[in-house]
Amino acid sequence: MAKRVQVNANINGEDTDFLCEPRQSLLETLRDVLGLTGTKEGCNDGNCGACTVLLDERIVDSCCMLAVEAEGKNIITIEGIASPDGLHPLQQAFLEEAALQCGICTPGFIVAAKGLLDREPDADEARIRHWLAGNLCRCTGYDKIVRAVLKAGETMRKS
Amino acid sequence: MTISENLPKFKTFGTRPIRHDGLDKVTGRARYGADVHLPGMLVGKVLRSPYAHAKILSVDTSKAEALPGVKAIVTYKDFPIISGPLVFGNEMGNSRIMAENMFATEKVLYKGHAIAAVAATDAHIAEEAIGLIDVKYEPLEPVLTVHDAMREGAPILHDTMTTLFKVERFGKGEDTGVKSNVASQIQFKRGDLDKAFGESELVIEREFNTKTVHQGYIEPHSSTASWSQDGRLTVWTSTQGIFGIRDATAAILGIPASQVKVVAMEIGGGFGGKTLTYIDPVVAQLSKKTGRPVKITMTRKEVFEGTGPTSGTYMRCKIGVDKDAHITAAELHMAYEAGAFPGSPVGGGAMSGLGPYKIDNLIVDGLDVVCNKQKVAAYRAPGQPQAAFAVETVMDELAEKLGLDPLEFRMMNAAQEGDRAPSGVPHLTFGNEEVERAMKEHDHYNAPLEGPNKGRGVAVGYRLNGGGSGSAATINVNADGTINLLTGSMDIGGSRAAIAMQAAEVLGISSDDVNPQVVDTDSIGWTGTTGGSRITFDTGRAAINTANEVIQKMSERAALLWEVQSADVDFEDGVFICTKNTEDRFTFKELSAKLMDTGGPVTCSGIDKQGGVGAQLAGHIVDVEVDPETGKVDILRYTTFIDAGRAAHPSYVEGQMQGGALQGIGWALNEEYYFTDDGTVANSSFLDYRMPTSLDLPMIDTVIIEVPNDRHPFGIRGVGETVLIPPMAAIANAIHDAIGVRMTKLPMSPGAILEALEDAG
Repeated sequence: MAKRVQVNANINGEDTDFLCEPRQSLLETLRDVLGLTGTKEGCNDGNCGACTVLLDERIVDSCCMLAVEAEGKNIITIEGIASPDGLHPLQQAFLEEAALQCGICTPGFIVAAKGLLDREPDADEARIRHWLAGNLCRCTGYDKIVRAVLKAGETMRKS
Repeated sequence: MTISENLPKFKTFGTRPIRHDGLDKVTGRARYGADVHLPGMLVGKVLRSPYAHAKILSVDTSKAEALPGVKAIVTYKDFPIISGPLVFGNEMGNSRIMAENMFATEKVLYKGHAIAAVAATDAHIAEEAIGLIDVKYEPLEPVLTVHDAMREGAPILHDTMTTLFKVERFGKGEDTGVKSNVASQIQFKRGDLDKAFGESELVIEREFNTKTVHQGYIEPHSSTASWSQDGRLTVWTSTQGIFGIRDATAAILGIPASQVKVVAMEIGGGFGGKTLTYIDPVVAQLSKKTGRPVKITMTRKEVFEGTGPTSGTYMRCKIGVDKDAHITAAELHMAYEAGAFPGSPVGGGAMSGLGPYKIDNLIVDGLDVVCNKQKVAAYRAPGQPQAAFAVETVMDELAEKLGLDPLEFRMMNAAQEGDRAPSGVPHLTFGNEEVERAMKEHDHYNAPLEGPNKGRGVAVGYRLNGGGSGSAATINVNADGTINLLTGSMDIGGSRAAIAMQAAEVLGISSDDVNPQVVDTDSIGWTGTTGGSRITFDTGRAAINTANEVIQKMSERAALLWEVQSADVDFEDGVFICTKNTEDRFTFKELSAKLMDTGGPVTCSGIDKQGGVGAQLAGHIVDVEVDPETGKVDILRYTTFIDAGRAAHPSYVEGQMQGGALQGIGWALNEEYYFTDDGTVANSSFLDYRMPTSLDLPMIDTVIIEVPNDRHPFGIRGVGETVLIPPMAAIANAIHDAIGVRMTKLPMSPGAILEALEDAG
């Protein structure tokens, strides 16, 4: 067994020290070491997007990077999207638009959509469909997800 | 949009409240199968066969056992032998089949068939350990298609299996004594086919082939077990049926079901694929051996190779019409791959394929054929999308040759209430003509579609939904007038809200006043699996029955307070009224606050086990554009219609319709297990098993048609499955409209389209 390595990263706004094995992915470390199980594993090879996190404001599949590579980075997971004051407009829109069924892909979609709307709150349907093409949903046919992201963009533009 | 003519309006039922479990799911708090972490927990991994068909000569686990961190290893030898015939019982399978599918015994029957499992202190050590298990195989010739399996001299998968001949779907059947790979044949027959075909003006007969496809749920199977010293076993798992898993796990382990508690975790998709047990007894046995909790979570590759997809098929369909374009006779012959053990959904295809139409002369034959592929599991309307692909493509060709509008032709032949379904039983009311009329009148059907290589197609899907298989509900009334509603029905797509809304409607409270919880097998009465589109219908009826009992009990409390008989208390619009003095009134909330002073809390439990849902029709309209250079098909516009009975929560009915369309589009255009000649699945990842992404689809329009089902107090028909029956035929018909070729094989991938264009010259 490889020796554990100490890593320091800012996770959901908090400076966090943790120990992980060099072979552990960021996804495995978030879930099994840090207890942040909101980030989901659907394929573990970068094809479903269920494990999407924001890394220095870029979306990444956390299954495809090692936890040791997170040293010094800012990471936002689904647990860091809402504030104590309330839900993020994306979370609210997903609820109102019934944009989830089983819900397993939902954290990845919300995090990925945040990565888009933070930069482009006026993204249109085509842009949203293109941006979210790395996230698989098997329940909804994407219709209500795309509508929820459009609605959240509108809310974010207003505020 | 919803088409609902002259129907009563409800207060809560039929509205669109935010679902109760939504908040946990958008914040990452909802706990799914793999989110279980217990103190001292070990992690397991499964060793799987690299061969599709082979004798197991020896299994040596000594090197793996010696690896530091490895705590236990199990094989089939750690489980009791279950005897009994290899006969497919019902959709849950039988425990011998499930046990032998869980771990191979003397032979491996498909690539991915499990052989052993290891529990270790972490996943990486467990994975290293399974690589150290030394298995010696003697490879055998694999049997990979129904044609291979049925040819003379084909290798026989099961020495003891003989063909059963059945005349009804779940009938016991007559043992023909013939040893073969055909597990059973189901047959429906009526009328005089030779005569009817002979008198027909036009007869069309075509052959069809479809490939193995997977449900594609995003959450891999995960199960955790803890076996305590007193013999009590607790299992936390992601499943469509906690009682199904409890009963199957107990049967495979040879212990009483009363000793097993199964805890429902949130389920990340199932579509029928999480109705069987694969790893629950394995983690249980590993926990017993180690005295520690053990978790196994499948990899995506294991989900593809070690769980049940749905059948690849071969079908032949022949339909004749008279000079008035009425169907004279029909034949539907089907052979479905069951995978390694009996139990393909060919019965579903037999019951439904010709279901939308009035046909006096017919023969339907369904063969359940074993082969060296994954044992199939249910997939949304099991067996019916394949049969509809065949029937609806032939119907489209008949309409074309007759020069008739394809919907008009269908409406002329639509089965009515009282007409006989393919199995012979008379149809109940279902919205057959209503759906077809709504399609015909819809803007999509009448909008111009211009430009080369574009086409429009339609198809319908008929299904007999489930129901009547048993659900329980418990209601506890809180002092503030809210209720806790407990059920044992796994919520795959919003059923918790839809059931809560039915209880709320009865009690005259709002959806938000209900706290619906899916609980464990120790905490609720026996409840059948979430499947057969039955949950909002059956568990809904259980919740309604229970809510009515709550009203009865609370009426007694009001009677006490008003010093009258409980018969003197009426309940209307959420208000208890004294009929002796109509000034005496309590709202549900007011009376709830007085329960502790009038005899203590009100808690009621009820069940539902009445008849099934009955039939249902769905229809799809699709516009496509085909690129003749590359063979790629783009979906330009899609509209889906269904007779929902009444829609409890319309947003989640629409969600089922849109999701069904997505799976159908994938099945039609891209999805297939690609088997190499030696039976290896060459594409067991989401990269190579290409499911539709957001970029592949347009918005999916929905039309809910409400023709109330009189078997449910509010008219629910259930909407989970029929939505997946029409898409493949609708898309095939649209492709024909676009480029003039008839597609008879799935998937209609770019390569298949180019080949069909080439064949057509």
